[in-house]
Order: sequence, then structure tokens, then C-alpha cells
Amino acid sequence: MSINILMPALSPTMKEGKLARWVKAEGEAIAAGDVIAEIETDKATMEVEAVDEGVLGRILIPEGTEGIAVNTPIGILVAEGESVPDTAVSAPATPAAAPAPVATAAPAAASAAPAPQAAPAGTGKRVFASPLARRIAAGKGIDLSTLKGSGPNGRIVRRDVEQAASAPQAPAPAPKPATPAVAPVEAGAGYESVPHSTMRKVIARRLTEAKTTVPHFYVEMDVQLDALMALRRQLNAASPAEGPGAYKISVNDMLVKAAALTLRRVPKVNVAYSDDATLVYDDVDISVAVSIPDGLITPIVRRADTKGLRQISTEIRDLATRARAGKLKPEEFQGGTFSISNMGMYGVKAFSAILNPPQAGILAIAAGERRPVVKGDEITIATVMTVTLSVDHRVVDGALAAEWVSAFRNVVENPMSLVV
Amino acid sequence: MSTTQFDVIIIGGGPGGYVAAIRAGQLGLKVAVVEAAQLGGICLNWGCIPTKALLRASEINHLLHNLGEFGFAADNVRFDFARVIKRSRNVAAQLSAGVAHLLKKHKVTVINGFGRLAGTAGGQRKVSVSVDGKETATLTAPNVVVATGARARVLPGLEPDGKLVWSYREAMVPGELPRSLLVIGSGAIGVEFASFYRNMGAEVTIVEVADRILPVEDAEISAFARKALEKQGMKILTGAKLGAIRKGDNAVTIDVTVGGKVQQVMVERVISAVGIVGNVENIGLEGTGIEVDRTHIKVDPYCRTGEKGVYAIGDIAGAPWLAHKASHEGVMVAEQIAGRTVHPIHPLNIPGCTYCRPQVASVGMTEEKAKAAGHKLRIGRFPFIGNGKAIAMGEPEGMVKTIFDDATGELLGAHMVGAEVTEMIQGYVIARTGELTDAELKETIFPHPTISETMHEAVLAAYDGALHI
Repeated sequence: MSINILMPALSPTMKEGKLARWVKAEGEAIAAGDVIAEIETDKATMEVEAVDEGVLGRILIPEGTEGIAVNTPIGILVAEGESVPDTAVSAPATPAAAPAPVATAAPAAASAAPAPQAAPAGTGKRVFASPLARRIAAGKGIDLSTLKGSGPNGRIVRRDVEQAASAPQAPAPAPKPATPAVAPVEAGAGYESVPHSTMRKVIARRLTEAKTTVPHFYVEMDVQLDALMALRRQLNAASPAEGPGAYKISVNDMLVKAAALTLRRVPKVNVAYSDDATLVYDDVDISVAVSIPDGLITPIVRRADTKGLRQISTEIRDLATRARAGKLKPEEFQGGTFSISNMGMYGVKAFSAILNPPQAGILAIAAGERRPVVKGDEITIATVMTVTLSVDHRVVDGALAAEWVSAFRNVVENPMSLVV
Repeated sequence: MSTTQFDVIIIGGGPGGYVAAIRAGQLGLKVAVVEAAQLGGICLNWGCIPTKALLRASEINHLLHNLGEFGFAADNVRFDFARVIKRSRNVAAQLSAGVAHLLKKHKVTVINGFGRLAGTAGGQRKVSVSVDGKETATLTAPNVVVATGARARVLPGLEPDGKLVWSYREAMVPGELPRSLLVIGSGAIGVEFASFYRNMGAEVTIVEVADRILPVEDAEISAFARKALEKQGMKILTGAKLGAIRKGDNAVTIDVTVGGKVQQVMVERVISAVGIVGNVENIGLEGTGIEVDRTHIKVDPYCRTGEKGVYAIGDIAGAPWLAHKASHEGVMVAEQIAGRTVHPIHPLNIPGCTYCRPQVASVGMTEEKAKAAGHKLRIGRFPFIGNGKAIAMGEPEGMVKTIFDDATGELLGAHMVGAEVTEMIQGYVIARTGELTDAELKETIFPHPTISETMHEAVLAAYDGALHI
């Protein structure tokens, strides 16, 4: 009998998604476990595996279609030789009874900005406005969220919109930075309009939210790297030349571990702010920002404080590779308790990172470079990098942030703790 | 008098003043109302309410003479005019007593007498109260609300004489039904009296100086109403000028000029209903910062006068001269005094109702005004003849007209004539107050079968087309 292939829910909260690609063509035989299609949400690309065997009788939703509601029939699976219905077969009693393909979190794509935490549902507060005010605002291109309502209970009424429209250039005082001001494009300026990818939208939304709602506080410190680099040379020299046991530990791997150890020493930074309480994480999970072709993503090294450098190194390499291929599973980039963003490879002198809520800290690592330093009364040369810790000041005060950075420097400059 | 110190003193106990008093009492203020005549004011005692009682009687009379349509027959249908009038008075008396009870319930002190602003003392406003010209009390409060209302305008030569020439007051308590009647002025008051007397059986003529009756209504509605009234046997002279008036023993002859031609109208009684003047005299406005413009106190959108702490509401504060406008202003001022956030009245959201047969009701702009305001219009019309309930009720005479702004879908105006339209106009008033557009009105489900379905149809007619025509 024919079976509807339904749009799967990739997560409990997923409402709709994009059918990115049909892997199988109409008429193609399918064995249980075969990947038949790829589904994309704002967070990930997932593969849809067939549970039953048969033939992909009909594709109901062409690939590239966006906004497909969960449980919408996307295709029809038929038995070999069976005739193919044109439209979705009437739904069996319960969706569960239909052995529709389940989505396994196959290695899949892409998403979010430094903070692919569960995306908050719907940004922005509800705007109370009369239908007429809405219609006039739409006609005049006025953003209602920038207006203050003068009607009952602050409702935006026609007069408010008309006043805003007639006020020359004077934007109504926005009660809160609801939307970032969009710099209007100069008339006549040549440009190409590149539509936002899903990831770009997530990056835009989450970073705007982080930067506008979280009070950032920054602490910067110079850290000498010579000891750490000497240790790294020793470790890497001990690696087999090749074969399965071979490894090559990077400075970044060591800094991830250093940050994890520092969080164990100063656990009050391994926290998240919530309206009611400070959440102190049990584990230390380090999100490592990885730049990928159309944005960035933060795969996570779980319990990094408990892992050896070799394991951390292997994990980061694997995660980064799969991140660039757009094949991370959601749980591999959603979560984390602290972030690291390393731009040392670009020779960056110093920078400040935007927090990745609900995390309370992100460490920005700049390039290690040879600089003159004063040791005692002597000027000597040392390899120095500048690190900048951004913290959520609601839960991490300045002195605590300074204590953390200082502890981090101590770990890096005395790196034996990374290996014992 | 036990106390003379209040939070707010209200001069006048009509629909503006007594409602302001109730609301102020609800909000915990110490309130006094000074009333020279009857609680409830003209509206309740000599206006809106008793006329509705009279019009109801005349409607019954009309039905009794048209029973055949419904399959009934009755012989010797008659009425006792004195009892018709008495019922109207009883209704007014019952409601006036109700107002007294409501004020007592809200701990409002009611003081009988003529209130007058009497300067200030120590940051407080003084109000003196007099009875028969003798001062009986002086009250003080930081806030005073002037709600002294209005009275009928009197044309020279047509002063009410208690016999041949009536104002609304005499017209409401006539000794007997006149055989013929001339109504001067075709605003709501004039047309309602004309409708009452015509439906009771009198020969009625209306003269109106403007080119149409109910001049504030949409021209199309006004023409519809005129046709309906003329069908009932009313004589209507518009664009009319009054000439010589000759009073006889039990008759008045008036020269009326229409289109250059003079005609003599001879009637038993004349009702003068040519507008109102505000009661601004002797209430202590002289020498204050309160400005008076042609018998009305000038106020800002929050009913504030030129004197801090003095408010004016209702008829005394200007048009439209409607009880519900006065009451709403009363609530707004009371809340303002109590420190609440209030919203000014939008004049175009005040409905107007005339209880003639057929009734007329409207809100917002007429077509003419909407055009003049520069709107591109979408107009919908729907006749009662397309409505099942209206036909079943034997009331197929009526229409609804909606006027939308083409650009925004705003309901600029709604105009209705026909049975029960005064009860239905609030639907459009809500739409205007809530700033609904055509979209919400189209989506609204109107109950079937009701005459209100014509309201929906008139909206549809302005767009894709009504369903039942």
C-alpha cells in the first residue's frame, strides 16, 4: 500500500522547515535506512531516512520549497509495481502508525552565530495598534514598534502614525531599541541585493539580541605564550610520524583546555543569567567559534576540562571539518557554557567578542607575537598575545572577570597543568 | 449644611453633570452637585427620555391603524391623549428618582439651588448657591465642573406663549392634540415632534431654512427620510423663509416663502425648534479667564476652560448638543480630576440619532464632508428591502450607507435610516472608535436574521458587492 512520507520534526519545537534536496528520484528503489531527502531548518540540515522499503512513487513537494509544516506529506512511498496515487493518500489513523521516514540527526548543516542556543521563539514584543494604524503605517512604511501609542492602554492609533509620518526626519523616540536602525541606501547607489541565508538571519537576530539586551563588560590582558609553545613542541615531537595514533596539537587546542581549567578554578564565570536566578553549570562545555563559508558556527567540546589535549585536538579538528561542510548535528553546536573565538591566525592585535547567550563569558584570542617585555629591570623579547574576556555584567562582576583572566594567564604561562 | 468642602463641585445635574458626579464618586472623590431644577436635566425630564415615551405611543398608534398587514382587525381604535402624556411624565419621573438614588449610592451631595462661580479662596474655588435669588450656601473645592446645559433658542416673534407657540417643553405636555401643527426647524427635535404628532393624527408641516431636512445628516439619508415622512402625509417646506406671523384665537397664520413664492400656512399650533443657546448667564463667568463664544464656553479637548480647575462639559461646552457627548465628557473630566489618563473625544466618533419614523442614525462624515476632506471614497449602500428580518417585521423601508477611505479602508462615515437603526449604529461607532477597517467589518459575522445584517451588506457593497441584492 502507498505510504505518505511526512515532513519530519527535527526537534520538539520545530514547526516548519525547508526541503533542501531530494536524494532519491521518483521511481527509484528505496531500502530501509536509505537517505531519501534533506531537510533544512534555521538550525540544521538533516537527512530523512526511509524506514520502509519500496519505491519513491511521487514527489509531492519539490526541493527548495521553504516553510513546509511538520507532518505535511512530501512524497509517497509505494510497493514495487504498485500504481502511484497522484496526491497524498488519506492519512492513516495516527501519524505514528504510518511508518514515515524518521529523521535521524545525520551530520548536517549549518547555522548559527556564535550562539546557536535554542533560538528564542519570536523576537520583539507584541505591538498593540489599531487595524487602521497598522494599515496606514504599512502604506507609509512606518515601523510601528518605533512608535509610542496614545490610545487606551498605550495602543497605537491612527493619530500616532500620522504624527510620525508628518514629523520630518524626527524618528519617534523609540522606547527600546526594538529594531536596529537600517541605514537607508543612498538613492542611486549601485548594489546587488543578496537575499539572507537562514544562517545570516539567525546570526543577525541573535547577535542583535545579545548586544542590545546583555550588558557587556570587557577585561583585556596580555599573556605570554613561550612556555605553552615550548610544551606544545615537546608534545607534538612525541607524536608518531603517521598512523592512527598521530596527532598535532595546536595552540588553540591548548587554549581551549586552558580556558576549561580556568573555569574550574573560577566556576562563577561558568554560569548563565536567567530572570530568576544565576545558573551555575555542572560541566564545562567550550563552544569554539568556527568560521564557515557563509557565517560562523560554534561546535562544542563537551567537558573540555576532563579531556586530554590529544582528544580535544582530534575533536576540534573533526568538528571544524564537519562544520565547514555543514554537517554538524544540532547537539554538536547547541549548548555550551563558555565560548572561545580565536582570530590569532589573521594577525589580529586585539578584539572584543559578542556574548553567546545564555553563556556569560566569551574569550577573544588575538595573535601571539614577539613583543618587548619588561622582566625585572630588563627589556626582553617574549611571545605575547592579548586576550579579551567579554562577560555578562548581570552575573559576572568586573573583579570576578579580572580574577578569571588573571587565572587564565597563570594557566597559560605555567602550562604543565594542561597535561597533568 | 454639614460640610461645604468638596473635591469637586458640579454645577448642573443633567446627563453631563450627574454622570460626572457618579464617576467622581466611584473614584473616591468627595462630590457635590448643584441643581436648580430636576436631576437628570432636560434630557431626562424634558428631552430625550419623555419624547421617546411619546414616540413609542405614536408608533403604537400607527401600528393599530395598520393591523391589516399582519392579519388583525380592530374597530374603534382610539387613545386617551392625556394618558399618553401622563405616561411620558411618569417615565421621566421614574428615571429622575433613579438618578437621585444613584447619586446617593455614590455618596454624592446634591444641593438644590442655582450654582455660580464665586472666585477663589486659598487656592480653592468657591461656588455660591442661591434659591430664589437668596444665597443659601457657599461651597469650596479645587475643581468645578460647569454643566449648566442649554435651552431652546427663541426666534423674535415666535416666543413661546404657552398657548399657540410652543417650545419643546409645551410640546411635551399639550392639553390636547392639535388638529394642525407647524414645526419650525428640522433638526432632531423638530423632526421627532413632527413624527409624534403626525403619527398621532395631526396635520403636520415642517419648515426648514436649509435646503433639506435633518441638515447635519448625509444628503442621501435626509432625502430618504423626507420621502418617507411625506409618504406619511407630512408637508415639508425646505429652503423656506418665515414672514409675517398672525396669531388668532386658536390659530396661527404664518407667511412662508419658498423659492420666491409666498404661501400662507395656517395651523392651530406652532412648535419652534430652531436650535439651542447655552446657559452661560449669571453663573459667574464674568471677569474670569473663562472665554465664552456665542453662549458656549470655550474648552480644550480635555474640557478645560481658561481657569485652572474649572471644566465645562455638555451643551454649555459646544456642539454636538447630545446627552451622550455630555456624559462621556463628564466621565473624562471626573477621571482627569482623579488623576487618571484620559483621551479626548473624537468628534467624528459621536453618533447622532433621530427617533422619528423611520429612525435616522449616523456616525462620522457625510459623503459631502468626506469628499471635501479630500478622501477618495468607496461607498456602499444596502436597502432594507433586501433584508429578511426587515421584511418579516413589516419594516422594509430603510437603507444603510457606508463611506470608506479607498486608501486606508477607514470607515469614514456610516448613515442609516429605517427601523431600529438607532439601536444598531453603535456597531459602526465601535468600528470607528477601535479604528477597524473594511477588513475587520467584512470578517465580522452578523447574526441572522437581524436587520443588522444590512450593516454588513452595506460594507460588502462598498467593496466586492453585497450578497442579497
